[in-house]
Amino acid sequence: MARIIARRKLLIGLGAATLLAGCEKSRAASSFLRAMGEWNQNVESAIFSPSRLAPDLPPSATTPESEFPSYFISDDLPFAPDGWALKVGGLVARPMVLSLEDLKKMPRVDMRLRHHCVEGWSAVAAWHGVRVSEIAKMAAVDRRARYVEFRSFDSGYWSSWDLESAMHPQTIVAYGMNGHPLEPGQGAPLRLYTAVKLGYKMVKYLTEVNFLPTPSGGYWENQGYEWFAGV
Amino acid sequence: MDKAGNDSRRAQPLPIRLSHWLNIPLLLIMAGSGLQIFTAYPALGPRGAQYAWYPLQEVAPPQWARFGGWLAGARHWHFAIAWFLVLNGIIYLGYFFTSGEWRRRLFLPKRDGAGAVRMFAWYVRVAKNPPPPDFYNGLQRLAYTSVIVFAIVEVLSGLAIYKPVQLWWIAALFGGYDGARVVHLTMLLAIAGFVATHLVLVALHPRTIVGMITGGARG
Repeated sequence: MARIIARRKLLIGLGAATLLAGCEKSRAASSFLRAMGEWNQNVESAIFSPSRLAPDLPPSATTPESEFPSYFISDDLPFAPDGWALKVGGLVARPMVLSLEDLKKMPRVDMRLRHHCVEGWSAVAAWHGVRVSEIAKMAAVDRRARYVEFRSFDSGYWSSWDLESAMHPQTIVAYGMNGHPLEPGQGAPLRLYTAVKLGYKMVKYLTEVNFLPTPSGGYWENQGYEWFAGV
Repeated sequence: MDKAGNDSRRAQPLPIRLSHWLNIPLLLIMAGSGLQIFTAYPALGPRGAQYAWYPLQEVAPPQWARFGGWLAGARHWHFAIAWFLVLNGIIYLGYFFTSGEWRRRLFLPKRDGAGAVRMFAWYVRVAKNPPPPDFYNGLQRLAYTSVIVFAIVEVLSGLAIYKPVQLWWIAALFGGYDGARVVHLTMLLAIAGFVATHLVLVALHPRTIVGMITGGARG
């Protein structure tokens, strides 16, 4: 008899779990998902290696540019305001304002990588620009900085990152794609590019890089997408 | 037979029953949230080089098959429940091998190959008689072993899609990120095919349901 009751309890439990799954907005379900999300974020940052490089792909792998999606959140294609420059600030000893010419004088990195979008598609392009770690070195980032925030002129689109991913050798601010200057659809004049995050973390139309002691969310992250979003 | 030589085990021991029934909600949530995720880019192959052999490019899965509401919601469900499905699988396989259950369940080609062919021939009415009764026939062992393999490949290809750079060696097994997406969807179809067949056969042999609930007779 006890066995039967235990079994019945188990079946009721399973039924409740199934009902719970059907009612997405229930408090229990959302706190369960939040707890699992935090767990997954810890796992993601634990398996992230600051030195593991994504393979540099051959030119033959390049996606035709007309097929490379170009997302922005503004109603119209954003164009750089007059006198555009990149502000570097936050917990740094030397805040800077860098023009495109200043950036082009810094050590240039070229890389051809596979892009991974949260939607599930991938595409390949070559990008060139300056390592974020190079900018961090120039600005003399304070030891208290653990996060980096990237802001844009695309209706305030932004994202914040863990410092380790931002300092990865394949994380750059790119001013060129496939050998030519960046086009407005791809974030001209300057965008973030990386091998180690999903596309929505790579802020286009960059205006600011801020080194911070705490993370500051992001445009999609604040709507429910994962914050770490490593690949 | 247990280690002492007594054949007093139930047909379906408790760990196997628990694991079996847990799979139902877990697999439903994984499949539904997976299809909701797939809806965001219901195509195979990279941008500009979609695979010509796939006939359903840009065809979204039906609404009734999706779960999680939207892409971010489905991703949260998928990556949360995946842990429990994997844990259930690990506990099941741990029991499967340490208890000796594998001896009467695992498909061993030498022992079960001929029986599987004969059972299939009987199902399609080519053979007049089924093979002699056993705990499971060869075809059942083949089906139950295949679905374990499908599940393992499903988990590995899922990890490859989740972390194609950090877990690049897993992605490499499937020819990279887009290859892993193909395998992940194919294994979903394979598992769904197994479940559909399983449900038909259980409907034809309803006494097996009792066994999977009560454990069935000893010995």
